[in-house]
Amino acid sequence: MKPRQKRFVLILIASCLLVVASVIVKNVFNDNLVFFYSPTEIVSGDVPQKKKLIRVGGMVVRDSVVRHQDNTTVSFIVSDNVNAIKVHYEGILPDLFREGKGVVAQGKLDQHGDFMASQVLAKHDENYMPPEVADLLERSKDQKILGD
Amino acid sequence: MIPEIGNFLLMLALVVAVIQSVFPLVGASRGNFQLMSLAVTSGRLQFILILFSFFCLIYCFLFNDFSVLNVAKNSNSSLPWAYRIAASWGSHEGSMLLWLVMLSGWTFAVSIKSRQLPMEMLSRTIGVMGLISIGFLIFIIFTSNPFDRLLPAAADGADLNPLLQDPGMVIHPPMLYMGYVGCVVPFAFAIAALLGGRLDSTWARWSRPWTTYSWVFLTIGIALGSWWAYYELGWGGWWFWDPVENASFMPWLSATALMHSLAVSEKRGGFKAWTVLLAILTFALSLLGTFLVRSGVITSVHAFASDPARGIYILAFLVLVVGASFSLYAIRAPKVGVGGSFDVISREGALLANNILFLASTAAILLGTLYPLFLDALGLGKISVGPPYFDVIFVSIMTPAIFFMGIGPLAVWKKAEIPDLVFRLKWLMFIAGTAASICMFFAGKWSPLVILGVFLAFWIISSSFLVFFERFKSVSQSTNLTNIGVCRRLPLGFYGMLTAHFGVAVFIIGVTAVGGYEQEKDLKMRIGEGVQVENYIVRLDRFAEIKGPNFDSTVGVFSIFEDGNFIAVLKPEKRFYHVQQMPMTEAAIDSSVTRDLYLSLGEPLQDGSWIVRVYLKPFVGWIWAGAFVMALGGILAASDRRFRKLREEKVREKNLV
Amino acid sequence: MIKYLSPLLVFIVLAGFLAKGLYLNPKEIPSPLIGKKIPDFKLSGLSKESPLVFSDDLLGEPFIINVFASWCGPCLDEHPILIELADTKAIHVFGLNYKDNSSNALNWLEKHGNPYQSIGVDPKGVVAIDFGVYGVPETFLIDSDGFIRFKHVGPLNRETINEIFKILEELPK
Repeated sequence: MKPRQKRFVLILIASCLLVVASVIVKNVFNDNLVFFYSPTEIVSGDVPQKKKLIRVGGMVVRDSVVRHQDNTTVSFIVSDNVNAIKVHYEGILPDLFREGKGVVAQGKLDQHGDFMASQVLAKHDENYMPPEVADLLERSKDQKILGD
Repeated sequence: MIPEIGNFLLMLALVVAVIQSVFPLVGASRGNFQLMSLAVTSGRLQFILILFSFFCLIYCFLFNDFSVLNVAKNSNSSLPWAYRIAASWGSHEGSMLLWLVMLSGWTFAVSIKSRQLPMEMLSRTIGVMGLISIGFLIFIIFTSNPFDRLLPAAADGADLNPLLQDPGMVIHPPMLYMGYVGCVVPFAFAIAALLGGRLDSTWARWSRPWTTYSWVFLTIGIALGSWWAYYELGWGGWWFWDPVENASFMPWLSATALMHSLAVSEKRGGFKAWTVLLAILTFALSLLGTFLVRSGVITSVHAFASDPARGIYILAFLVLVVGASFSLYAIRAPKVGVGGSFDVISREGALLANNILFLASTAAILLGTLYPLFLDALGLGKISVGPPYFDVIFVSIMTPAIFFMGIGPLAVWKKAEIPDLVFRLKWLMFIAGTAASICMFFAGKWSPLVILGVFLAFWIISSSFLVFFERFKSVSQSTNLTNIGVCRRLPLGFYGMLTAHFGVAVFIIGVTAVGGYEQEKDLKMRIGEGVQVENYIVRLDRFAEIKGPNFDSTVGVFSIFEDGNFIAVLKPEKRFYHVQQMPMTEAAIDSSVTRDLYLSLGEPLQDGSWIVRVYLKPFVGWIWAGAFVMALGGILAASDRRFRKLREEKVREKNLV
Repeated sequence: MIKYLSPLLVFIVLAGFLAKGLYLNPKEIPSPLIGKKIPDFKLSGLSKESPLVFSDDLLGEPFIINVFASWCGPCLDEHPILIELADTKAIHVFGLNYKDNSSNALNWLEKHGNPYQSIGVDPKGVVAIDFGVYGVPETFLIDSDGFIRFKHVGPLNRETINEIFKILEELPK
C-alpha cells in the first residue's frame, strides 16, 4: 500500500470506531436520562412514561415517615408545598434524611401513582425548600456539603 | 499577625510570578540569557513564598485562630490536631492554596531536575507555569483568600465536615492535586515547544517522566478517593459517576492517552501534533475539573461550596489559557509535520486506536457530565444522567481498548506481519479463554459481563507474559548473559509497562467480581440475632455508647463466623457530631484478599432493633490494589535510567549533528 | 487548516455553554402567571380583630405580595430586607401567611418585626396554589391593575429589591 492509502485506511478505521461509539453513546444516553420532576408535575400527569426512571424532589413531610414492622421498607410523603406524593423505599436511608428536610428520590411510579424509590438522596440544608430552590440557595449561601 | 504574614507572602508570590513569567518568556524570544536566567531563581523563590504562606495557614488552624474566617468555618477547638491540619485544605480557600503549593512545587522540581534542558526551553516552560500561577494567585487573593479575617473573632469554629474527618481524606486531596496540577508540566513543555518551534523526540523524552509522575499521583489520588467513598459514605459503592469524580477521571483518561502517545513521539517521532494536543487537552480537562467543582455549575450529590463570582473568574481563566493554547496550536502545529509513517497493523496503529478510544470515553463522560448543564442552559428541563449510562458506555469503549492493550506490545513498530501476529494472538485467545472458563467453572455462576471481564483480565496477563518472554528470548539470544543478567538488561520502562498493564488486569478482576457476585442484605436485627450471607454468619452481640473528641457514638458489636468458626469482631458506628449537628455512619469492614465483609448501621427502630446493612464484596480490594499496581508501574517507568541520562544524550546528539 | 483549528472551535462552543450555565439566573423559575391578572381571593386577617382581605381592595396601586411562614428558615433570612423595604414606605407590602398557625405567626412577627401593611391567612395553601407558589418564601410584584409583573422564588436580597424598583419605575403611573 502507498502511504496515502495507508492513511486512508487508518482514517477509515478510526471513523468506523467513532461511528460505532457514537451510536452506542446515543442509544444508551437516551435510556439513561433521568428527568427531575416536582410532586406537582407528577400529580398533574406531566410525567410521560410510567415505567421510566425519574427523580422526584421536595421536602419530607413531618410525621409522614412510616417504617414497616416486618421488613426494611419505609414510606414517606414528599411535598413541594403544593402537592404531595407517597414514596416507598426499601433499605437504609442516608444519614442526612430527616423529616421536614429536602430529599431527592430516584425510582419509578407504580400503577397507583406511588413512587417506588430505588435510591434516596438527602441534602444537608436547613431550609424548608424544594431541592431545586434549595440548590440555588446553596449556591449563594456558600454551604458546604462535601469536600473532595 | 500570622494570617497577615501569610497574605503578604501570597502578594509577594504574585509579584515574583509576574517576574517568573514575563522576563523569561521575553528573554527566550529575544535570546537574552540574562532575562532567561531569572526563570529558575524566581520559580524557586515563588515555591518558598507559597510554601511558607501555606505554613501560615496550617499554623492558624493548628493554634485555633478563630479570627480567621476560614478557620472559624472549618475547624473547631475540639477537633483532633491531625484533622486541624487536614482542615487547612478541607475548605475551598485552603484547597486552592494547596493547588498553588503543588503548582509551585512542580515548578521547583522542574527547575532542579531540568537544568540540562536548553536554556530557552527551560525558561519558556517555567515562564508558562508562572503564567498559570499568576492566574491562580489572583483568584486566591481576590476571590477566595484563606486569610480573610472574621472580626470580631468567633468563640469557637463551626467544625470540619464530619465526612472529611477521616485519614483517607487527609491524604486524598494532596495526592489528587499533585496529579491534577502535575498535568501542568507536560502542558508547559508542550507550549514551550510550540513557542520555540522545536517539537522533536527530545521534547517528548523530557515530557515523558513528568507526565508519568503526574499520572501516578492522579491514579493514587483517584483510588484513595474511591476507597474513601467506599468505607466512609456507608453505601459500599466505590464509584458513583458523580460530577466531582468525573472531573478527576477525565484528566486521568486523557493523561493515559498522552503517556502512550508520548512513547510514540519519543521512540518513533510520530504523533507529534497529536501528542501536543493531548498535553493541552489534559491540562484543559484538569482546569475544567477545577471549574466544575468550584463554580457550582453542576450540582452533584456531593454538592460543593460554590459561588458564581468564582465560577466566572475560573471560566475566564480557563477560556484564556485553553483558548490561547489551542490558538497557538492552530498556528504552529501545521508546521510540525506528520512524522514517521507506519502501517495500520503496527504498534503505532494499536497505540493510536487506544488513544482514540481513550479520548472517546473522555468525550462520552464529558457529555454525560455536562449534558444536564446543556439542557438547563437551553431551558429544556432539569435532568441527571444515570450511572448506567456511564457504565455501559465506559465498558463498551474500554473493551476494545483493552483488547488493543494486549496486541500493542506484541506488534512491532512501523509494520507488523499479520500472519505472525495472528498466530501469536490465537494462542493468547486460547489461553485467556481457557483460564476464563476454568474460573467460571469454579465460581459456579456467571453472566456475560463476568465472562467478558475475566477474559479481558487473562488476555492482558497472558499477553504481558508473552511480551516478556519474547523480549527475554531476543536479548538472551543476542548476548551471552545469564538469565538474571538478561532480566537486568531489560529497561525499567519495559517492566513499568508490564506492571501497569498487570495492574489493569487486577483492577478488572476486582470490578468484575464485585459487579457479578456482590451480596447485599438490608435487614432488621435484634441483639443476639444472626444472619447468614453465603458461608458467613453475622451475629449482633450488643451495643455500646462511646464518646469521641467531638462526637458521640453508638457502636454495634458484631461477631463474624466463617463456616461456623469465629473469625472477627466488627464494630460499625453511628456517630453524631455535636457542632455540625450531623449524624454519620462509620462502616466496619473485615477485609481479606478474596473478599470484604462490610457492615454498616442504619437506624434504630422503636422496638429496639436496628436496621443493618451487610455486604459481601468478593475481590473488592483488588480494585484499589490494581490502581496501586498501575501507579507502581508508572513509578518504575518514570525512573528508567534513560530519562536520567538526558545530559549525556544531549552531548551525544550534539556530536552527531 | 481546519483540522488544527477544530480543537479551538469545539472548545469555544463548550465555553459558551459553560458561560451560559454560570449566567443562568437559577432563581428565575418562570411563572406562567407573569403578565396575568392575579386570581381573586378573600382571606381572613391574621388576628381575630383584623378585617378580611379582598384582592380587589389591594388594587389601585402597585403592591408586593410576600409569601411567608413562621416555620420557614429562609424567611428569616430575607426578613431584615423586608423590614428595610417597609421602612421606605415606597410600596404596600401584603403578607400571605402560608400554611401556618396564626398564633405562631403573630409571635414570630412580634419577635422579628412586622414589615407587612396587611396580612392574609392561607392556612391550607389554597390561594397559594392559585398563585403557583413553589416554596416559601416567594415574592410577587403586582401592578395597579392587578397584573403580576415579577416573581421571585427564595429569599429576597438587595439585587431583587433593586430589580423590583426598576420594574416599578417603568410601570405606567
